[in-house]
Amino acid sequence: MFYREAGDFKTSYSDDSQTFPIKFDRYRYYVVLLVAFAVVPFIINDYWVNAVFLPFLIYAIAAIGLNILVGYCGQVSLGTGGFMAVGAYACYKLMTSFPEISIIIHVILAGGITAGVGVLFGLPSLRIKGFYLAVATLAAQFFLVWLFNRVPWFYNYSASGQISAPERTVLGVPVTGAETQPWAGYLICLVFVFACAIIARNLTRGMAGRKWMAIRDMDIAAEIIGVNPLKAKLSAFAVSSFFIGISGALFFAVYLGAVEVGEVFGITKSFLVLFMVIIGGLGSIFGSFAGAAFLVLLPVLLKNVLVGAMGWPTDLAAHLEFMIVGALIILFLIAEPHGLAQLWRVAKEKLRLWPFPH
Amino acid sequence: MPEQLVFATEVFLNGLMAGVLYALVALGFVLIFKASGIFNYAQGVMALFAALTLVGIMEGQVPFAHLINAIFGTEIHHFGWHVPGLVAIILTMVIMVALAWIVNTLIFRHLVNQEPIILFMATIGLAYFLEGFGDIMWGSDIKKLDVGLPQGINLWIDETTFNIFDYGFFIDNLDIVATVVAALLVVALVIFAQYTKQGRAMRAVADDHQAALSVGISLNFIWVMVWSVAGFVALVAGIMWGTKSGVQFSLSLIALKALPVLMLGGFTSIPGAIVGGLVIGVGEKLFEFAIGPLVGGATENWFAYVLALIFLVFRPQGLFGEKIIERV
Amino acid sequence: MLDASEGYTTEDGRKIGGVVMEMKNITLRFGGVIAIQDISFDIREGEIRAIIGPNGAGKSSMLNVISGFYHPQEGEVWYQGAKRPPMKPYEVARQGIARTFQNIALFEGMSVLDNVMTGRIRQMKAGMLAQAIWRGKAEREEVENREFVEKIIDFLEIQHIRKTPVGRLPYGLKKRVELARALAAEPSILLLDEPMAGMNVEEKEDMSRFVLDVNDEFGTTIALIEHDMGVVMDLSDRVVVMDYGKKIGDGTPDEVRNNQAVIDAYLGVAHD
Repeated sequence: MFYREAGDFKTSYSDDSQTFPIKFDRYRYYVVLLVAFAVVPFIINDYWVNAVFLPFLIYAIAAIGLNILVGYCGQVSLGTGGFMAVGAYACYKLMTSFPEISIIIHVILAGGITAGVGVLFGLPSLRIKGFYLAVATLAAQFFLVWLFNRVPWFYNYSASGQISAPERTVLGVPVTGAETQPWAGYLICLVFVFACAIIARNLTRGMAGRKWMAIRDMDIAAEIIGVNPLKAKLSAFAVSSFFIGISGALFFAVYLGAVEVGEVFGITKSFLVLFMVIIGGLGSIFGSFAGAAFLVLLPVLLKNVLVGAMGWPTDLAAHLEFMIVGALIILFLIAEPHGLAQLWRVAKEKLRLWPFPH
Repeated sequence: MPEQLVFATEVFLNGLMAGVLYALVALGFVLIFKASGIFNYAQGVMALFAALTLVGIMEGQVPFAHLINAIFGTEIHHFGWHVPGLVAIILTMVIMVALAWIVNTLIFRHLVNQEPIILFMATIGLAYFLEGFGDIMWGSDIKKLDVGLPQGINLWIDETTFNIFDYGFFIDNLDIVATVVAALLVVALVIFAQYTKQGRAMRAVADDHQAALSVGISLNFIWVMVWSVAGFVALVAGIMWGTKSGVQFSLSLIALKALPVLMLGGFTSIPGAIVGGLVIGVGEKLFEFAIGPLVGGATENWFAYVLALIFLVFRPQGLFGEKIIERV
Repeated sequence: MLDASEGYTTEDGRKIGGVVMEMKNITLRFGGVIAIQDISFDIREGEIRAIIGPNGAGKSSMLNVISGFYHPQEGEVWYQGAKRPPMKPYEVARQGIARTFQNIALFEGMSVLDNVMTGRIRQMKAGMLAQAIWRGKAEREEVENREFVEKIIDFLEIQHIRKTPVGRLPYGLKKRVELARALAAEPSILLLDEPMAGMNVEEKEDMSRFVLDVNDEFGTTIALIEHDMGVVMDLSDRVVVMDYGKKIGDGTPDEVRNNQAVIDAYLGVAHD
């Protein structure tokens, strides 16, 4: 009824290529932004921030990053955990080496450093394709985690081998360290998510995105019509790793505060983010959010229902979560390879025609 | 012989034995990949699941005991009987065949003609599912597996080498058994694939689904068979690794060890899996022995991958893989 | 023939210009198999040039040599008056050589509009950073090129499927979208690899009309491979005939039709 594009005429091509061409979508987007920025910070407490909002926002950035590589450019990577670790350790080294510089700059620089590392490990993608590449990216995963574990320079020779974030402020408000208020951590992550999502959207609707998708859909044809495969693949690795690096930096500095690399950025993290992308929807920015939300909420839900309400042992709930996630991955791959995002699109199509069936 | 060289030789031999086990897991991968184009990430978890099931049956565990106890508030754990090893192995094999049938019917029949990478991701999903399932079925505590394989230092080798080098090599009996079993298994599989009717049908399916279908080969039968064989290989690998270091979650990570073996050997080559396994087994042990102490150790975590990665850049199809030809 | 300034006038009165591309003694081998043996011909500005021949004659290989996908062992490719060094396919494309494919090579996951927009790679030069913020050059470029692409879309009558994912389109429309993508590049030479393969009579007529219109309207030089003799003879200004990797005829459709070698090798068998 309300969800119509009829009567909403576009008179210029830039209107037509905007992110939310349908008026209803656009207004809903503004409402979500308003709630996220102006309402949520006032009502959230510690539990909600740490259990739901921070992991959701930070994983959303990682999922957007991985989606650019996997969903848009078609290069599957299993090295996400390793690249997040690069972001975290780069951020840590920057924070401790240049304490006078703003943490925001550090996080962005950490993303930049990760982009460089991503390009390095993306080089084989020129020779290796498909799951051969996926397996090859595991090299990055294992090597990077080992590196941060074994080379003391990276953790400033601390006795525990851990890195922990010192207190840093933005506009006088602490955003890292023990004094951080829930809303402050939330807002800083929200700003990064917002910026990353917009950048990702702009890149994917323009020529960069088209080149990536061309490589994904048919790499040989893409090269023959003028896409430089080297540049397209490496730029996808760079942009993807940039986002993943930022998410790693935030994961360490704002969310956890202290990190032991093997535990936090192991291969399970790589799979988790990949699952977010698959369940959310390959090749969709919205899907990255949906997938991150889903896989952050699922364990919380299972824990509250099974452990909290029904009194099951924790490990049983954890095993059940494994089964559910695994089954969902298979189910989505079989029934809806474009994930939650596609389900959402189908729902919108139906809504557009509502109340008529066709 | 200088002391360092003697040590290196011992490391080399141990690497060779580890390599045989890698090759064994890698073989399971190659088989499924050749026959169905599926790169089965769940192979390691299948080995874990097989080992869990084997221990569970031998010990007379009640399946899903934790789940039943949690739901009904009961306290059941064991049936109270023990099953001899051989019977348990046969029963486990029956379960692995059933698993093969379920996996094929519920999952991969619906993914025929999908891109390899989609299939790969589906097997990652399968690995997660199976891991949770195995733990719920049999519990996630570390279990001891003993089907009567010899274990401990081989005294004969120890003495003989001591007499020659003044230094006794530490070679585990289990590793020797594993090597022999793996070698036998490889021979059996090669004979099966090359000389039996089913093996020929399997290769035909691998080449072209539709052509195989048109000459009257049942795709479902072949696929279930292939997954069963992979289940069998997983069982053998599970017994070896389970006996060596206990049945626990880390057993599923042997899949991660086998992946670089395949990259090195080529995904479609049985000899490749064997040679690749040996190269990586020996390579990582020697690298750790020679370079490890200089860089903080634990290089086994990544050595195989980095080696395979560098190798792939120069020879994308692996040692024995078929050359990839691209056309418009 | 080698004089680039010299042109000729076709039967229907179109002026054909100088030589745009010249193939000199091209030989291409795959291992022991000789796909193309010592072939030379030229393509002139504004003409429709056809390459015909039976299956396995080496036509597609020839097209792949022109678009840089195969590198011949011997011979030279001259383009716009200069010898072309060995280059990657994407570099060739950026020099203004666009093509379509025998087995449609569209990007199935993208909309028709996005597919056609990929044809504008040569014209769109905004950097990554500009694209990321979608301001200034990036946005301007996007709109300008969209305008051009819309013209092509109008021209080929595919407005109604603009936003449809290509994977959902029927075969005939896909062929047209592919032509649109190639045209969007404003190519100086347009290569068509069997543009009418697998089409019914009506679709063939449509496609022939588009090919002629493209040539007429934009003055695009076209080199095409085609099986359908009738179509080739109607469309093209000059024809190269290949058989077993060798050139056995070259000239206007009429000359080729009366060439004894061509009749023997290609058509003659059926008439014996």
